[in-house]
Amino acid sequence: MNGFYEFQFYLFSLIAIASALLFVTRKSPVPAALWLVNVMFALSGLYVMLDAPFVGVIQVLVYAGAIMVVFVFVVMLLNLGRSEIADFRSLGARLGAGLVALALLANLLVVLRDKTPRIALAPAQDNVVTPVATSLFTDYLVAFELTSLVLLVAIVGAVLLARKRVTV
Amino acid sequence: MISEALIVSAILFVIGVVGVLTRRNAIILFMCAELMLNAVNLSFVALAKLHGVTGHVFVVMVMTIAAAEAAVGLAIVISVFRHFGTVEMSMLRRLRG
Repeated sequence: MNGFYEFQFYLFSLIAIASALLFVTRKSPVPAALWLVNVMFALSGLYVMLDAPFVGVIQVLVYAGAIMVVFVFVVMLLNLGRSEIADFRSLGARLGAGLVALALLANLLVVLRDKTPRIALAPAQDNVVTPVATSLFTDYLVAFELTSLVLLVAIVGAVLLARKRVTV
Repeated sequence: MISEALIVSAILFVIGVVGVLTRRNAIILFMCAELMLNAVNLSFVALAKLHGVTGHVFVVMVMTIAAAEAAVGLAIVISVFRHFGTVEMSMLRRLRG
């Protein structure tokens, strides 16, 4: 049974990384957005494997279902389906980006090498929402309420920024 | 399993960084930022297996902030497109000397 979970874990990891690579190499925005949706689905599978099915569901609903739809909607609204000039930066910039990426990746991998104990993957417990909800509505209640304020400010700001200028 | 998840998270984050550094389209830059946020969420969830359910709460918070950031950022992109007629970052050079 454990091997089954490990296999699925590696499968979803592979799908996530391959989709992310495809996402970052697509020229036009719409295929890039769809590959990013694929990354998010694979990540939600990883969350389920990591004993967090509630977060996985939220990931599908919020990220793949809402945020990416907003992105695709803006691409459609601005009619950016075909990019007229080359989207990628020059070769020097790309080489520099590769060097930065290698340095950052080496840094991260060195930091987390041999620091975490191995815990076998297990199927999720029955009750997964209650612990999250208890923590969210007791220990982090103030942060939760402040998040609603952030959302309100974001709504007002988005409407204010994106509306057409009207002569008052 | 946790260290593998953290490695996947690091790889996804670095792919997002590469996207930000190599692309010019503002919308794709935002998508790369979302990819980086997702990578961090993955490490939160992985470490929540060690340190309790607080990581899941943080992931919920990060998703909310990401939604707000996407809304405001895309509104700015629409505003920039109305003003300059493009979303390519290299074309926005009004402040360049």
